Amino acid sequence: MGGYSASELIDIFSMQAFAGISLFSVFVLMALGLAIIFGQMGVINMAHGEFLTIGAYSTVMMSKLAEHFPAITNVYFIFAVIAAFIISFIVGYLVELIIIRHLYKRPLDTLLATWGLSLIMQQFFRSAFGPREVSAVLPDWLMGSWSLRDGLDIPINGIFVLGLTIVLSGLVFIFLFRSRWGLKVRATTQNRIMAGAVGIDTAKVDRTTFALGCGIAGVAGAAFTTIASTGPTSGSLYIVDTFLVVVFGGAGSLLGTFASAFSIAQAQSILGFFLSGSMAKVITLVGVVGILMLRPEGLFTVRVRK
Amino acid sequence: MLKVENLAVSYGQSQIIRDLSFEAKPKETLAIMGRNGMGKTTLFKALMGVLPSKGGKVAVADKDVSGMPSYKRVENGIAFVPQGRMIFPTLTVLENIETGLETAKVKQVSDDIYALFPVLFDMRKRKGGNLSGGQQQQLAIARALASEPKVLLLDEPTEGIQPSIIKDIAKALNEIRRMRDITIIVSEQVLSFTLEVADRLLVIERGSFVHEDLRADVDAAKITAYLSV
Repeated sequence: MGGYSASELIDIFSMQAFAGISLFSVFVLMALGLAIIFGQMGVINMAHGEFLTIGAYSTVMMSKLAEHFPAITNVYFIFAVIAAFIISFIVGYLVELIIIRHLYKRPLDTLLATWGLSLIMQQFFRSAFGPREVSAVLPDWLMGSWSLRDGLDIPINGIFVLGLTIVLSGLVFIFLFRSRWGLKVRATTQNRIMAGAVGIDTAKVDRTTFALGCGIAGVAGAAFTTIASTGPTSGSLYIVDTFLVVVFGGAGSLLGTFASAFSIAQAQSILGFFLSGSMAKVITLVGVVGILMLRPEGLFTVRVRK
Repeated sequence: MLKVENLAVSYGQSQIIRDLSFEAKPKETLAIMGRNGMGKTTLFKALMGVLPSKGGKVAVADKDVSGMPSYKRVENGIAFVPQGRMIFPTLTVLENIETGLETAKVKQVSDDIYALFPVLFDMRKRKGGNLSGGQQQQLAIARALASEPKVLLLDEPTEGIQPSIIKDIAKALNEIRRMRDITIIVSEQVLSFTLEVADRLLVIERGSFVHEDLRADVDAAKITAYLSV
């Protein structure tokens, strides 16, 4: 294949597979939030990427702050992840309160309103932080790579992002499937009227759930700063891929989200090495569309009597 | 226990419920009978706060709940078993019942619910959507009972259910009355079922009550005539 020896090909596949795992991590972190907002609540949130950007900028700000306090340089990132979650959660809460709650039965209006919101947020980022990309100064323990053998290095930031993804996914799973609040979320998303009629304050559940999805996107933003620099449109670059992940996985299925994020990220990463990045995206998209034609509900769905 | 005064409900220009007033006493089982389209479901949805009413007052144990959203009405003691059951299909049986615990003082499903419907205990880990129609009806009643209501509203509980299960549901409703201090209001079209469970029968036609009977001296022929198309 392309004049590579077998051992070179193994190294290339391994490195690209790991690069794919970093992409998978960002996809999963973005898609976890969207799987809740779109998959569970049915809200087409075109501004979801901007919540990643909020998380990324808040991490950059924390990094700038940490520069003035050398004692915390090595630990600030942990607090930055928490701050990214809290800030995105609060903004998400306000967005639900002011815009989304009026549009639950009007999906197309939600799409337009959140698209407009994403443009406003992008302009706000441009005005507040400038049009140029900025980067967080990473602590020493996030730098460098782990050399498995000659020609095969695994970047530590990638391992960190993967670890963060696993921890956060576990927390989301526990929240949705093992907590009383998660039960209210699942009941509300299945039948909002009936959930109210059994005593659930659905407006409160909607607001908190939407904010939680945005908070998780904020954490994705913090993770994003470890693998790329941040600009006003950083989040919007991922929005199409993230919707693709959620729809392909099967809206409402967390397991589907993981399987879908993994397959799309790996396909883009490995194909991207041998072809161009755009061709990799085209081939991935064609594959996804083909599979969705055979399985319109996505990879994983729960079948029950209606 | 439940007092309704001059309730009016409209869909746009068409008024479905017209100045309706009635009272259900503590521990009474009241049946509201009528053909399709006479306003039974609209009345129940308005009592539950699912549909907004245009006027009138609804009170539970002398507390005015008019204007409250449905979850607040549940807090104040109304529980609802809707037409078509509307259980949460991808939640397990246990989770379905637990949704009803939101406003209850206890946080565990009480034993009397499983005593009423033992099949729900056996199937507690199955998805609600995989149960048969009769089992789903039992689940919807169990979910409503979990909130420890003062007033239980059942909208056509026998619709689409096989005769042997209808008998079980009648037996369960009578058992619920015996076990709990509860007022039951049930809408129905099946007179035989109603006579097994109700103390009093009201017939609704075009959003107004046109006939009332106690079970003891029910005029079956007249009610059947109202129920015939």
